[in-house]
Amino acid sequence: MDQQRIRNFSIIAHIDHGKSTLADRILELTDAVSSREMREQVLDTMELERERGITIKAQAVRVHWKGHELNLIDTPGHVDFTYEVSRSLQACEGALLVVDAAQGIEAQTLANAYLAIENDLEIVPVVNKIDLPQADPKGTAAELADLVGESSDRVLRISAKTGEGVADVLDAVVERVPAAGGAADAPARALVFDSSYDQYRGVVAFVRVVDGSFRHRERLRAMAAGTRFEAEELGFFSPTMRPTESLGTGEVGYVITGLKDVSRLRVGDTLTSEGRPAEAPLPGYKDVKPMVFSGLYPTDSDDYPELRDALEKLKLNDAALFYEPETSQALGFGFRCGFLGLLHMEIVRERLEREFDLDLLVTAPNVAYRVVTPTGETIEVHSPADMPAEFERIEEPYIRASIIVPKEYVGSVMELCNERRGRYGSLEYLSESRVHLTYELPLAEVVLDFYDQLKSRTRGYASFDYDLAGFREADLARVDILVGGEAVDALSLVVHRASAYERGRALVERLRDEIPRQMFDVAIQAAIGSRVIARETVKARRKDVLAKCYGGDITRKRKLLEKQKAGKKRMKQVGMVEVPQEAFLAVLNLGQEPRR
Amino acid sequence: MSLGDGGRPGCGSVRHLYVHLPFCVHRCGYCDFVTLVGRAGEHGRYVDALLAELELERAALAPRLETIFLGGGTPTFTSASELARLLAALPAAEEVTVEANPETVTPELALLLREHGVTRVSVGVQSFRPHLLAVLERRATPAAVHAAVYALRDVGLDNISLDLLYGIPGQSAADLDRDLGDALALEPEHLSCYELEAKPGTRFTHTFGNELARQAEAMEDYFERVVDRLTGAGYRWYETANFCVHPERAEGRDLRARHNLAYWRGRDYLGIGIGAVSTVQGRRWRTTPGLGSYLAALGHGEAPPRELEPLPPSVRRRERVLLGLRLDEPLTLRGLDEAVDLAALGRLEQLGLAERTRSGDADESVALTTRGRFLGGGVTAELLA
Repeated sequence: MDQQRIRNFSIIAHIDHGKSTLADRILELTDAVSSREMREQVLDTMELERERGITIKAQAVRVHWKGHELNLIDTPGHVDFTYEVSRSLQACEGALLVVDAAQGIEAQTLANAYLAIENDLEIVPVVNKIDLPQADPKGTAAELADLVGESSDRVLRISAKTGEGVADVLDAVVERVPAAGGAADAPARALVFDSSYDQYRGVVAFVRVVDGSFRHRERLRAMAAGTRFEAEELGFFSPTMRPTESLGTGEVGYVITGLKDVSRLRVGDTLTSEGRPAEAPLPGYKDVKPMVFSGLYPTDSDDYPELRDALEKLKLNDAALFYEPETSQALGFGFRCGFLGLLHMEIVRERLEREFDLDLLVTAPNVAYRVVTPTGETIEVHSPADMPAEFERIEEPYIRASIIVPKEYVGSVMELCNERRGRYGSLEYLSESRVHLTYELPLAEVVLDFYDQLKSRTRGYASFDYDLAGFREADLARVDILVGGEAVDALSLVVHRASAYERGRALVERLRDEIPRQMFDVAIQAAIGSRVIARETVKARRKDVLAKCYGGDITRKRKLLEKQKAGKKRMKQVGMVEVPQEAFLAVLNLGQEPRR
Repeated sequence: MSLGDGGRPGCGSVRHLYVHLPFCVHRCGYCDFVTLVGRAGEHGRYVDALLAELELERAALAPRLETIFLGGGTPTFTSASELARLLAALPAAEEVTVEANPETVTPELALLLREHGVTRVSVGVQSFRPHLLAVLERRATPAAVHAAVYALRDVGLDNISLDLLYGIPGQSAADLDRDLGDALALEPEHLSCYELEAKPGTRFTHTFGNELARQAEAMEDYFERVVDRLTGAGYRWYETANFCVHPERAEGRDLRARHNLAYWRGRDYLGIGIGAVSTVQGRRWRTTPGLGSYLAALGHGEAPPRELEPLPPSVRRRERVLLGLRLDEPLTLRGLDEAVDLAALGRLEQLGLAERTRSGDADESVALTTRGRFLGGGVTAELLA
């Protein structure tokens, strides 16, 4: 296809603002599928392909409209994958910014819109759901126009549900989105904007050809990873897989690599031809690093091998997931896992529990810390238990939070951000009633229960998004929890010195209620180094006897004691203290349940 | 007539005999023993069956018995003539104990017991407080308790034990102190003090289980109060729940319950009657609790249905530990190594709950400290390998 007739674009929309409905309508209108097939093909593809053992999901669909080739590129829908979103956007020249006429702009839309603007994409603003009775197309269009710096009448008003205005959207894509760029005669370069793993075909890369072209069976190289492979198959989705002989400049499609590990072909990498390699990769590749860490332990220690296998499988398809074995004296064998963010963590956890039927114990999430040791060495610490006792300084990751709220909640949101060591950024009225606030916050304060708090203090009206803002020095301390004088590794935390007492106190009190009385007094302490900052005592039991024991009930009394003995064995031993697993569970769940 | 007339000597090794007399005037709410209410018409047949069972098992008994214990039920509720016939037919023994409920102990019954060789009577007092007796559904009044003890003393019985319960729903610490005071005033040779257990499935648990759970904390120190008061009054706390007058206050008499000591020392014993348990040479069995099948089998001269439990040496060793640690005398560790977790013993010593002792060339033994005895259950569970 002539490069001038290729348009590559994405749809940016908040969840439930109609992205998939609009995508479906576009497929229908371009005759990619009949509406009947539409349902069967698009929705059931996953199921069907799964039956055939293929699990590749379309990340880009090619359609034709008035003599043009349009590639609709899907973007991952959430905040932890900002980098992936940015790669998807980099593959495009334009984006539809879709906003629900009844809801207005949400923080996540805003974040992705800014990302698109940063990537110099042509933004086509679209107000959707204008058929809804509570819709405010005019107000929403004004908000949108303001955001993208266009006049209000350039904002399309559609209903993806009824199909009204969808043809105009396609026309606008052709007219407003620039033709696919790139040098046809330069050495071949393609941006990998997504990848997926199929158990039969290996890693499938989704690519945007920037320069030159790629041919079937060509030897290729991933420039950042240095991985070499043969293009076993080239093709595109329309909407099912269509193999082709080649992918030309500006085109979007897939490459089947036969690689067995997604980490060998990361998103953002550049593919080039071994025969005539490009000199430099495309800009913008980042080795994304996990920022949020947490220990995952099977509730039943017998499930450890299952957990390991499940993580291995997830990792095949999720290059950003990090895990390594970890042993906790309190929780047994498990894994320290690293995630891009809270949501990524939740997704992994949910998949492990749902798809692999595992019962998990998840330790309180913590962030990655950069610690400068007294010898001047910088180390990255992923677990509070690994935090050295002595250090020159600690740096922690900060985020730029973007929060949109109705104006009456601005006060409570600012209060929350200040409590969480936030640094005020800006305040801007999106409309008369809605305010866009930005704050810089330590990621550690966000992983705690920030989102839950935000929701509850704004009655669910706030929308929230963030991106990383780098590492900053902070006055942090490692708080250890000691039971009977022994530190419980799984319960250590790194907190800001100002909130150390409060957090330590809460943990200690909770543990006191959860640890059964023993044959001796049990001190439960929170300590920074050797300094105890909170202490509670579980008083020793004063009696524990089987009242009567005569000839007739020796057997029964023996069994009772054996049961008591077995109960002891199920307990986790912390020094001399027996702690039920449930106690750890209760403490670990102390307000640490991130939900979005 | 003296006890032992009807008893032919056996040729086995068992020197302790338990006889179960299940009949009661009323089944108390908290009781989970094998009991039968009333059934006056069957007392005779039951005694016949007991004697038939004894005859079947006689070979297990030693030529001379050390102890016999008549428990229940309420042995003294058994019709007097049948009780007399039974006592007359049993073999002779050095200690013969009968359990009695206060309201059944008349001067006549006291005399009957005395004349039939009974040496020791254990009176089920439970409490001297009327409101607590009502909770327990006990029929006896405090006055009846006094009358019973006086009647036993009058016929010359000089080894009387009183059973007390503590931790009764609604029992205040002052109630407990008064009960202990009232019991001590009767100068019993022996006292058994049990914490009231809400045993699963009893009417009592149904009615009072929640209340007991609520009171648990308030009553936490009752066990300590009992031990302090009784040891302060010159009693020896010789077993978890049992106390006897110190020998030096009793002209050198050892007033521990010899029959029960046999259990705690892991001796063999034969039990006859419904629901009775025997442990003989590595086997334990429990006779059917069903009166009908018991009477029917023995009516034909056959052994009643029994539930057998093999007792491999490893289990016996564990039982030696759990029973032995209830006593105030050191438990020798010889032969029990496999049953004891020595690492746990070390921890318990560190906590001041147990002590290892070795005197001269004697075997190493273990004893619980006072605090260890208050936590005897947990300590034993810890100690068992």
